[in-house]
Amino acid sequence: MTTRLLRLQVNGREQALAARDAATLLEVLRDGLQLTGTKQGCDGGECGACTVLVDGAPRLACITLAASVEDRAIETIESLATQGRLSALQRAFHEHLGAQCGFCTPGMVMAAESLLRREPQPSEAQIRAALSGNLCRCTGYVKIVESVQAAVETAR
Amino acid sequence: MKAEHLPLREAAPPTHSIGTRQPLVDGVEKVSGAAHYTADLPFPNALVGRIGRSTVAHGVIRRIDVTRALALPGVRAVITGQDFAVPYGVIPISQNEWPLARDIVRYRGEPLFAVAAVDAASAAAALAAVSVDIEPLPAYFDAASARASDAVLLHIDKPGNLERTVEQDFGDVDGGFAAADLVMERSFHCAELAHGQIELNASVAQWDVERNQLTVHSVTQVPYYLHLMLAQTLGIDSAAIRVVKPFVGGGFGHRVEPLNFEMVTAALARAAGGTVRLELTREETFLTHRARPDSDIRLKIGLTKSGEITAVDAEVVQRGGAYAGYGLVTILYAGALLHALYRVGAVRFRGYRVYTNLPPCGAMRGHGAVNIRFAFESLLDEMAGELGLDPFALRRANLIAPPYRTLNELQVNSYGLPKCLDAVEHASGWHERRGKLPKGRGLGMACSHYVSGSAKPVHWSGEPHAVVNLKLDFDGGITILTGAADIGQGSNTLLTQVVAEVLLLPMARIRVVATDSALTPKDNGSYSSRVSFMVGNAALNAAQALKRILVEAAARELKADAAAIEWLGERCVVAGSERGMDFAQVVRAALTDAGTLTVKGTWSTPPETQGGKFRGAAVGSTAGFSYTAQVVEVEVDEDTGAVRVLHCWTAHDCGRALNPMAVEGQVQGAVWMGLGQALAEETQYHQGLPLRANFLDYRIATAAESPPIDVTLIESIDPLGPFGAKEASEGGLHSAPPALAAAVCDATGVRMRDLPITPDRLLEVINERRREARRAAARAATAKA
Repeated sequence: MTTRLLRLQVNGREQALAARDAATLLEVLRDGLQLTGTKQGCDGGECGACTVLVDGAPRLACITLAASVEDRAIETIESLATQGRLSALQRAFHEHLGAQCGFCTPGMVMAAESLLRREPQPSEAQIRAALSGNLCRCTGYVKIVESVQAAVETAR
Repeated sequence: MKAEHLPLREAAPPTHSIGTRQPLVDGVEKVSGAAHYTADLPFPNALVGRIGRSTVAHGVIRRIDVTRALALPGVRAVITGQDFAVPYGVIPISQNEWPLARDIVRYRGEPLFAVAAVDAASAAAALAAVSVDIEPLPAYFDAASARASDAVLLHIDKPGNLERTVEQDFGDVDGGFAAADLVMERSFHCAELAHGQIELNASVAQWDVERNQLTVHSVTQVPYYLHLMLAQTLGIDSAAIRVVKPFVGGGFGHRVEPLNFEMVTAALARAAGGTVRLELTREETFLTHRARPDSDIRLKIGLTKSGEITAVDAEVVQRGGAYAGYGLVTILYAGALLHALYRVGAVRFRGYRVYTNLPPCGAMRGHGAVNIRFAFESLLDEMAGELGLDPFALRRANLIAPPYRTLNELQVNSYGLPKCLDAVEHASGWHERRGKLPKGRGLGMACSHYVSGSAKPVHWSGEPHAVVNLKLDFDGGITILTGAADIGQGSNTLLTQVVAEVLLLPMARIRVVATDSALTPKDNGSYSSRVSFMVGNAALNAAQALKRILVEAAARELKADAAAIEWLGERCVVAGSERGMDFAQVVRAALTDAGTLTVKGTWSTPPETQGGKFRGAAVGSTAGFSYTAQVVEVEVDEDTGAVRVLHCWTAHDCGRALNPMAVEGQVQGAVWMGLGQALAEETQYHQGLPLRANFLDYRIATAAESPPIDVTLIESIDPLGPFGAKEASEGGLHSAPPALAAAVCDATGVRMRDLPITPDRLLEVINERRREARRAAARAATAKA
């Protein structure tokens, strides 16, 4: 096992840290940078709980080699609030009960964030398709979809 | 300056919290990523724990040699079953499981030994260095082979590999069938499920060597039961243990019993003399199991021409897996909840809970009653067709008038089912649309009910069923101290609403400190939908006790009679006068001489709700039943067998919607989970080896394939529930599978009695029907020729 120096752009900050060659982005975020908002819910690429943005696109951090995303813009759930104030999307999830147990929520919010940047006025079908890689076991997705729609309304 | 001389400041008006759509009080943490779940807790120097598991489904453990593993660098502890004092189990009378198998291993994947090491690589090396010698025994992977007369017993004290046999007879069953105009008998099968909570299992245990004290953070729904079993299996004083439940990422019953990995983590910490973090993989989380059992059901119902249920005869066989867990409760629920939804003339129930060499089943949302309800509603639907009755009319022929005592002595005090039926009949356009939909589409309906907390506690300790403490201090802030485990269902929010409502204060004045055994009163846990009802009532009583103290303090200060004090939340006044005090002044007055106030509220189920005296009577008894009716609309592709749910209309009698948004969320989640059971979810094993221990093969519906679920909340105002409230998170599940199956039948004419209704199963039946039609046509042609 060899380690290497990784240079990552995480949430607008340059981070340099030592990591195993084979370290996943999820390991580096959680164990190296203590950004535990990004969750692990499966053994690799099944549930979407670890969804982060890489150059604005949703990526599963648990099956992304950290070394493969050096010098690219990585965004995690911790980046969305501004000086402690929730983003409009986060607020919508909060106020419309898009989160129950909350464990899938960071990944779900990041997937929705990516969608809204690409498509600020998505249809319900587009929302459902964009979130279809993120499993939720609590909500039946009803209030998650409503939360995203509420965020769209707020932005309008 | 005396309070009475103070000019009364403009204070906030009384605040009402009940009945309003409240976001979760801990929701900001969830959406911002700040919420710490067990695996997120910062324990920087924790050792890494790992579990070694059996590759044999059934066998005698000859030897587990840990010497080589212990000698490896970085390895701090290796433990086996010998490191535990006694076995454990959630039900006191059936404790037959060791945290790490001892003497006999009974399923593939059962924990055998565990290691703690300085890092993951060292832990993996240690796992590989343990050598295990197991002499295989015959293994049984279905109920029938386990029950065979020559089968080896999994547990020596359980002949026939039967964990529990239930025989219950209420009323004149044979007479009931004789009096019926239509008697029909059918067989049903429901596959085994998994809970699929998204958070992986994890525990962190800290052993303080100098003080011989243990602190455990874990993903539990039942911190108190875990506390008891930690003390029992480790053989240590319960006062030396502290159990903390951090944020928990869903439960659905997976975590309603103390689980092997939790006790293993603690034993590793003790053996290593430090802190151990143990995180299970998704495959291991599936192996921990405890979900809904594979069930074979034979059901016979008798009906009069007008649809009255004269008699019911049900037999249920549950493939329970290798250990007791909640098994006896699960099989008893299947019989008990044949009652209390409808008036039934007579009921015979035979239940068999069978030990098999598979991961142990347990409680899952809708515990014990989901599969039998699928059978019952499906058979009613079929019989309605036979009698030419509308399915709604058939249900209406069997309604209960509360207060009502069932044949098996369950108490129904509120009953919103009639209104639920009206609501979904109307919302779905049932009469206007049924039978007139395009080809391949269909509507189906079904009803269900569930308990608001099991009326008798698992442990007969003589304590109240729920305790809540409130602390009010100099700052005017109120802290709710509760042992109730918020696992995402929103109990912290609900308790805040209840206390705020009683005191007419804004929720912002109130904080919740929950589930830390060093700080909070014991609570039995989040299971059987007990928290809203029981802990809600305890919180209500605590808030009323606090309010009495505050009113009396105000009365003293204002030199008025307490009865004359009008309580307005942020202020109070002497009724009919200008004299009053604001909340801060009242608090100051109340704390004078007394100091910091702590009050307690308790609640217990009234004896008349605790069921009868016969064996097993406690299961099913509750202080309040919820009721649900729902309609499901499907579209079936007869060429592929694929079923798409287009819409669900659900009406749920929750007694009183304390937080309508949260209740809707619970009902939607329950209905959706029921649809998953109906359409796609099932575990699968090959010779005891799990084949679907991941989220790709165990198919949980995504957002893309999940339907809109419209919820109408019916408020029957239960006489015992807090502000009239009853449960909302389970009862909506039971009626989803039968409503869906009825809709599939309406769409295709095919009656599916085997869950899940996967495309291959449905297509097989459709193709068989086509083949039969061709054969019939050929026979007709031959006859003609």
